[in-house]
Amino acid sequence: MTLRLYMAQRITALVMAPLVLMHIAVMIYAIQGGLSSAEILGRTQGSILWFAFYGTFVVAVSIHAAIGLRTVLSEWAGLRGTALNAVAWAILALLLILGMQAVYGVTAT
Amino acid sequence: MPKEQQMSVSVWRGGATGAFQSFDVKMEDNQTVLDVVAWIQQYADPTLSYRYACRVGMCGSCAMMVNGVPRWTCRTHVNKVLKDGHMEIGPLRNLPVIKDLATDMDPFFDKWIAAEGLHHPTQTRDDPIETIDPANAARVEINAGIECINCSVCYAACDTVAGNPDYLGPAALQRAWSVYNDSKDANKQAILDAVSGVGGCHNCHSQGSCAVHCPNDLNPMNAIAGLKRETARNFFKRRT
Ligand code: HEM
Ligand code: SF4
Ligand code: SF4
Ligand code: FES
Repeated sequence: MTLRLYMAQRITALVMAPLVLMHIAVMIYAIQGGLSSAEILGRTQGSILWFAFYGTFVVAVSIHAAIGLRTVLSEWAGLRGTALNAVAWAILALLLILGMQAVYGVTAT
Repeated sequence: MPKEQQMSVSVWRGGATGAFQSFDVKMEDNQTVLDVVAWIQQYADPTLSYRYACRVGMCGSCAMMVNGVPRWTCRTHVNKVLKDGHMEIGPLRNLPVIKDLATDMDPFFDKWIAAEGLHHPTQTRDDPIETIDPANAARVEINAGIECINCSVCYAACDTVAGNPDYLGPAALQRAWSVYNDSKDANKQAILDAVSGVGGCHNCHSQGSCAVHCPNDLNPMNAIAGLKRETARNFFKRRT
């Protein structure tokens, strides 16, 4: 863990904190009077705002979790050097692909 | 006459590989763990290797694992650690074992240097001695750190050191923080750079084992938090 990785992980955590609160607030609002996929998609489809909101979330969590799992893999599984960085980049790519696919899925028209 | 009280003591024998050997040791009213080790070496097995110097908690050379916990053995009373008449004494964790209870402390001290826990002078010997205000905030911050006796108990207690051999560890980083706060130090940037690398202060998970086990009640975790704060502040400054 270098200073750069540390800063990237703490800054993405800071970015996520308000997004998490907003996400929870919207969930509480959304389930009032039942929950339907039509209602959700009605809100999100074609919305640049929701795309930006969840897109930012996905980018932040992908960076944050890739660095976090990199730490776990290094301390618990003894991964070092190139192997460690390769796995971290792969986790970042996987989370970005899965996450952005989901964001695209609910916001595309 | 009442029967002489005995305790059973398991002592590590060997190097990286080895085994615990059991000794029966006479109990005294007032006895430290170091006394027990010394008794075994003098009366039971003269080939037992261990290290100590001052016997009063000053030199930091007598630390060992007692029942799996790192302690300064010269100031740990037997009655504090004895469980059902038994205790286990091993070499300090996270360091290579030379023989029996003596560890190679070189990696520990090498990391003090690697963390730039060195004095970078601002003046020469020909200059008058600079006066330091003892109430100055930066000087007050140093007060705790300079009480460190280099015993490596915190280093042995740190799970991050155990999981990451590159990690500089609590004592070396605490020293770096003390030097960083020294108004007579000329190269603070060298310190921040030294603690920002792969093995640097940012590896610390702030779980505080170092502070719990430090025999002098120091708090290296706090010092490390200070380094994290200063390096983070500096991170943006250097970019602009
Ligand atoms: C607002 C939400 C979040 C905040 C404020 C946050 C904060 C943090 C902080 C401060 C650390 C460093 C801990 C340390 O080094 O001791 C950390 C580590 C970590 N985080 Fe998060 N996190 C958040 C969300 C997430 C999410 C959603 C995930 C997973 C998808 C995640 C996965 C991890 C992992 C795996 C670590 C590594 C564990 C470690 O280094 O000790 N975090 N997080
Ligand atoms: S607080 Fe940091 S330095 Fe102290 S034991 Fe935990 S990881 Fe090690
Ligand atoms: S900080 Fe405490 S435990 Fe660590 S080396 Fe110094 S005196 Fe020993
Ligand atoms: S012998 Fe010096 S600190 Fe224990």
